[in-house]
Amino acid sequence: MRATQKLAWTAATLVVLLGLNQIFEHGFGDFQINPYYARVIELIGINITLAVSLNLINGVAGQFSIGHAGFMAVGGYVGTYLTVYYGAAVTGWFGVGVTDAVGGSIAMVVSLIGGAIAAGVAGLAVGIPSLRLKGDYLAIVTLGFGEIIRVIILNIPSVGGATGFTDAIPITNFFWIFAMAILTIVIVRNLTASTFGRALATIRDDEVAAEAIGIGTTWHKVMAFAVSAALAGVAGALSGQLFANPLNPQNLNFVKSIEVIIMIVLGGVGSITGAVLGATTLTILPEVLRGFDQEFPGLRMVMYALLLILMMIFRPQGLLGRREFGWHWLRWPNRSRIPVALTEAGDTKAHTPAPPGDPRSALGEGDEEGDSRG
Amino acid sequence: MGALLTLDRLNVFYGAIHALRDVSLTVNAGEVVTLIGANGAGKSTTLRAITGLLTPASGRMVFDGEDIAGVAAHKLVARGLSMSPEGRGVFANLTVRENLEMGAYLVRDRAAIAAGLERSFTLFPRLKERSKQRAGTLSGGEQQMLAMARALMSAPRLLLLDEPSLGLAPLVCQTIFDTIDSIKAAGTTVLLVEQNANAALKHSDRGYVLETGGVILEGASAELATHPRVREAYLGEGG
Ligand SMILES: Nc1ncnc2c1ncn2[C@@H]1O[C@H](COP(=O)(O)OP(=O)(O)O)[C@@H](O)[C@H]1O
Ligand SMILES: [Mg+2]
Repeated sequence: MRATQKLAWTAATLVVLLGLNQIFEHGFGDFQINPYYARVIELIGINITLAVSLNLINGVAGQFSIGHAGFMAVGGYVGTYLTVYYGAAVTGWFGVGVTDAVGGSIAMVVSLIGGAIAAGVAGLAVGIPSLRLKGDYLAIVTLGFGEIIRVIILNIPSVGGATGFTDAIPITNFFWIFAMAILTIVIVRNLTASTFGRALATIRDDEVAAEAIGIGTTWHKVMAFAVSAALAGVAGALSGQLFANPLNPQNLNFVKSIEVIIMIVLGGVGSITGAVLGATTLTILPEVLRGFDQEFPGLRMVMYALLLILMMIFRPQGLLGRREFGWHWLRWPNRSRIPVALTEAGDTKAHTPAPPGDPRSALGEGDEEGDSRG
Repeated sequence: MGALLTLDRLNVFYGAIHALRDVSLTVNAGEVVTLIGANGAGKSTTLRAITGLLTPASGRMVFDGEDIAGVAAHKLVARGLSMSPEGRGVFANLTVRENLEMGAYLVRDRAAIAAGLERSFTLFPRLKERSKQRAGTLSGGEQQMLAMARALMSAPRLLLLDEPSLGLAPLVCQTIFDTIDSIKAAGTTVLLVEQNANAALKHSDRGYVLETGGVILEGASAELATHPRVREAYLGEGG
C-alpha cells in the first residue's frame, strides 16, 4: 500500500470508529444499545487484543507463555494508576477535566502508553533470562510471574489491594477498545509478514536450524515477547477503566491466562483471524449458555467444557488452523494459486500436525511474492 | 593450502558425561574432510562445539585465523561457517523457496540471493519443482537436499554436514554424495560427518575416525578405507 492509501484507510477507520462510538455511547435518535450487549461487545474487543497479542508469542514464535494475565495486570494497574493519580493534573494543562470527552481521550492516551511501556518492560525482565534458554522455561517462569504480580498487587493499598482498583475513572469507551484491537491486529500482522516474522517462524519450526542460518534466536524471541506483553498491557489499561469493571487481582490469575490460550487454540494457533474468531466465540459462548443456568445451575460451565472437548476432538488444529480468513476464501476455487492437491496430499505424510496451506499465502503479500517470482 | 579450521585438544562435557576427549583436527581450504564413527561417538557434538551451540570445557577452535570459542552460533554464519544440522531441521511450515531465502538471512544483496537460489536449483533440480511446497511435506531425501541447499545460501567458506545420508535410500544417497563432489568443485570446503564410512571415504580427501569421544585414526581417505581397523569396524568386513 502506498502512503496516501494507508492514510486514507486510517482516516476512514477512525471516522467509522468515531461514528460507531457515538451510537454506542450516546444512542442514535430513539435507539439506545442494551447495556448488557454493550458490555459483551466491549469485552470482545479487549479479548481480541489479548488473543491476537498472545498469538504473536505462542502461535507465531512457538514459545509457550502462560502469563498473559500478569502482563495485562501490570499494564492495567499502571495505566489506571496514571489516570487516577495524575489524570487530572495532565488534563489540567490542557484546561479540561478527566471526565470530559477531550480530557478523557488525553488521559486514555497517557494511560495506554504508560500501561504498554510498563508491561513491555516487565516482558523484557521476564523474557531475557528465560528465553535465552531453549526449552519450556518460559511457561514456568511466566506462570510464576503472573502469581507474583497478583500477590504484589494484593499488598498495595493505593490500588485497592484485594478489593480491586475501584477508584478507577471510567474513560474507556468503544472507540479506544476497537482502535486498540485494530492497532494490535495491524502490528501483529505486519510483524508476521516481515522478515522478523519469517525469522520467528523458523524459530518455531526448528530453533537449532534457525541459529545455524544466522538468526539471533534470543533477540527475536525476546522482542516478540516484549511486544506481546506491551499489547497485553494495553488490554489491561482498557479493561481497568471500563465503567463499573474495576481490575481485581482475583480475576487476573492464571485462569485468565489459560482463557486467552484457549481462545487462540480454538481459533487456530498462529492465525490472526483465528485469534479474533476465538476471542469473539469464547466471549459470547458463556453468555449464550447463561440461559441454561436458570433452569440447571452449574450446567453452563459443564456445557462450556464439553464444547471445548468436542472441539479438540473434531478439530484439534483450531477453527482456522494456521490459515487466515480473507477475501480469497470467496474467490473462485480454481483460481487459487496454491497447488491445493499437492499440499493436501503431502500433508498426510507431514511430520508436523499442522494443517494444509501456507500461512502467508492468505496475507496478500505472500500471494504477490509467489506470483511474481514463481 | 592453509588450514581453514583447526580444533586443538577439544574437550566437551554434557554434565558429567565426557563427550569429547582431546579432539584435534584440521580442515584445509578446498578439502572435503570426513569425520566417521559409530552412533554416539561424538560426531554431532564436535559440530555443535564448532558452531557455538555448545561451549567446550577446554581446547582451542580456530576458523580462518580467528579464535571462535565462545562466538554465538548465529554470528559464525556471518564469518563464513554454515551447517546442515543433524536431522535436517528444515522449516516445516515454510515453503521450499522460503526455506532457501531464510538461508540467506544475513545476505543483504538481492542479486546475491537470486544467484544463490539459481545455484540451489542447479544443484538440486528437484527443489525447483517443489519450490512452492511446504518443506514439511517433502520426502526425506528432498528435505536433506533442502537442508544442504539452505546451508549453501549464505555462501559459506566451510560447510558442515551432519549425517546427510542418514535414513535415505541408496539411490538418493548417491545423489547426495555426488552433490558433495560438486560443492567441492565449486570451491567450498566441506567437513562431512557420516556413519556411512564407505561412501564418506570415497567422496573425501582426508578422514578422522572418532570412537567414544576420541580420534583414534586419521589419514588420507583412500588409506583409511583400506585400514584393517576401519574395514572391520565400519565397512562390515571381518578382520
Ligand atoms: N544433550 C545431551 N545430553 C547428554 N548427553 C548427550 C547429549 N547429546 C549427546 N550426548 C551424548 O554424547 C555422546 C556423543 O553424542 P553425539 O555427538 O550425538 O554422537 P554422534 O553424533 O556421533 O552419534 C553420546 O554418548 C550421547 O549419548
Ligand atoms: Mg549425530
